[in-house]
Amino acid sequence: MPTTPSAHNPEGSPVPDAESAGTGGTALLGRKAAKIDRLAELMGPRDEGTHGAGIWRTAFSRLRRSPMAITGAIIVAGFVVVALFAPLLAPYAPTAQTWGDEVFPNQNIFVGPRAENWLGLDNLGRDQFSRMVIGARQTLLVGVVATLVGFGVGALLGGTAGAAATLGGRWGRTIDNAIMRVIDMMLALPTLLLAVTVAALIGPSLTTVMLAVGIAQVPIFARLLRGAMISQGNRDYVLAARALGVRKHKIALTHILPNSLGPVIVQSTLTLATAIIDAAALSYLGLGNPDPSFPEWGTMLADAQRFLSSAPQLAVYPALAIIVTALGFTLLGEAMREALDPKLRK
Amino acid sequence: MLRFLVRRTLQLIPTLGGLSILLFIWLQRLPGGPEYALLPDDATAEQRAQLRRSLGLDEPLTVQYLAFLRNILQGDLGTSIQTGRPVVEEFFTRFPATFELAITAMLMAIAVGIPLGYLAARRRGGVLDFAAVGGSLLGICTPVFFLAFILKVIFAERLGLFPSAFRLSPGLNRTDLSGFVVLDGLRTGELDVVWDALMHLALPGLALASIPLAVIVRMTRASVLEVLEEDYVRTADAKGLHRRTVRGRHVLRNAMLPVVTAIGLLTGSLFAGAVLTESVFAFPGVGSFVYGATQTRDYPVLTGFILLIATMYVFINLLVDISYSLLDPRVRAQ
Repeated sequence: MPTTPSAHNPEGSPVPDAESAGTGGTALLGRKAAKIDRLAELMGPRDEGTHGAGIWRTAFSRLRRSPMAITGAIIVAGFVVVALFAPLLAPYAPTAQTWGDEVFPNQNIFVGPRAENWLGLDNLGRDQFSRMVIGARQTLLVGVVATLVGFGVGALLGGTAGAAATLGGRWGRTIDNAIMRVIDMMLALPTLLLAVTVAALIGPSLTTVMLAVGIAQVPIFARLLRGAMISQGNRDYVLAARALGVRKHKIALTHILPNSLGPVIVQSTLTLATAIIDAAALSYLGLGNPDPSFPEWGTMLADAQRFLSSAPQLAVYPALAIIVTALGFTLLGEAMREALDPKLRK
Repeated sequence: MLRFLVRRTLQLIPTLGGLSILLFIWLQRLPGGPEYALLPDDATAEQRAQLRRSLGLDEPLTVQYLAFLRNILQGDLGTSIQTGRPVVEEFFTRFPATFELAITAMLMAIAVGIPLGYLAARRRGGVLDFAAVGGSLLGICTPVFFLAFILKVIFAERLGLFPSAFRLSPGLNRTDLSGFVVLDGLRTGELDVVWDALMHLALPGLALASIPLAVIVRMTRASVLEVLEEDYVRTADAKGLHRRTVRGRHVLRNAMLPVVTAIGLLTGSLFAGAVLTESVFAFPGVGSFVYGATQTRDYPVLTGFILLIATMYVFINLLVDISYSLLDPRVRAQ
């Protein structure tokens, strides 16, 4: 972020100035320039310590002390590790119906936890534990991709609107207005219906779920980033940059944007939780991945509903996994929001 | 106030217009176009071409859009492929059921959420606060359809305390005035019908209420905490106003502003949640019909219902803004 003044020193502006002033003034101006640089050097690090990294550093130190954040972080870390190393952790293939002759759903005969199958068997005689572990992978993939879609498109729209509103003058306000009307329209479509619409359009698949859930998050990200950018746009440092003649797109990209990302990053953590839950809902509606070789918690939960009265454990495992994972992301996100909120900083 | 109302209402026009364009594009993008959705798979190319002409699909897009818009404004949203009845008719025969369900859920959420959030804020850091915050986080993270299933299995199937499906018990005698079962029952004095309908609403209402309840508890708590810190609350306390006056007039009234907004937005999103809840409880409302439509690819129903629900959502937002300006005069001045 802030370029250290010493980096400017060797070939920066003071040197050519001193040369153009003629031989007589060179020494004097050179000394003056060196003095300024020295002053800036002295000020630099201190400035960085109290302002630049300060917000993030204090926020982080508060996060470390918050039990909410630690609980969330542990859950999230555990989930990510399981998802990444899923093929190594799963003892059996998730699709192998190895014990198919032991389970008879229509006669209410199910196999619960035992030594070789830690979580028992599912309705087709597959190892439930392996399916849960491999399922974590799909769930993480859906959550991350959906969040990236929402974040990417939302930040692009919201960022453009925010930059146009703060720096674009009259034309900018028109652009901002036009973009925000589109966002309002998207906001008017309830999330799940929007997702159902997308899913109905491109047919049931994993891509559908990711796109649908992601697109539904776009207006939230867009509004959030635009709001943050507009509030940053009124700050003194933006005025200072404009007065110094920094180009507008540079102000927007290197000054306003980095300072506005805090709430958006927090929202992404919360969105990961929403995405996992919404994906489960879409799977329940039959719009999820129809391919049985990729188990996914939402689909597993939806499938298990049929046996809820005879084999509730089949629904309870994926449901618990979804709830705990979503809770982990939510706890982490909420703790981050609290840590970054200046109102709560006392 | 009047100027605010007029301006805010005029702002609806671009939003709704844009929405219609969005849905029009969506209809255009349907796999294979509407003629594939409307005709059986074995229709000949000749039949398809004829249908395209009769639907005006060979006209320029702008002409098609204007025709689409004219139909919407005349209240014609097409015909359901499933039932062969007009989409608007299907919507409004099912709407009362969903409306009753949504109101039940919202009343539950408000009745429990606001007092709970308020008490949690007053006893910040206490057991109640911890339970309220933890419970609401858990509520947000639980998939609605799973909660609905659990409630159904435990309270309806195992314990038999509540009916597990439909709006009314079969064979119940009732006079139908408007489709709103509870209201009709109250007007005609058929209290057994009212009771029966309420029993049917209890479990789906509770499942649907889970997310709004969680959000309302947290919003109320955060908002009350913020207002309790305000100078005017200290002033009111210091000048010796009765505690109840301070709590009611100063704290609660000011703390309610963001909560009212949230309640409005949540009411709109209840329709989406109703898709899941209604299908679990076979509740004959808008939501279970949308669920059916996604299964059978009934596109006219999907587009029509989405347009109607989104329009309702936009109007609910308008009402929220108006109530907001009544609560807070500063909003009007902007």
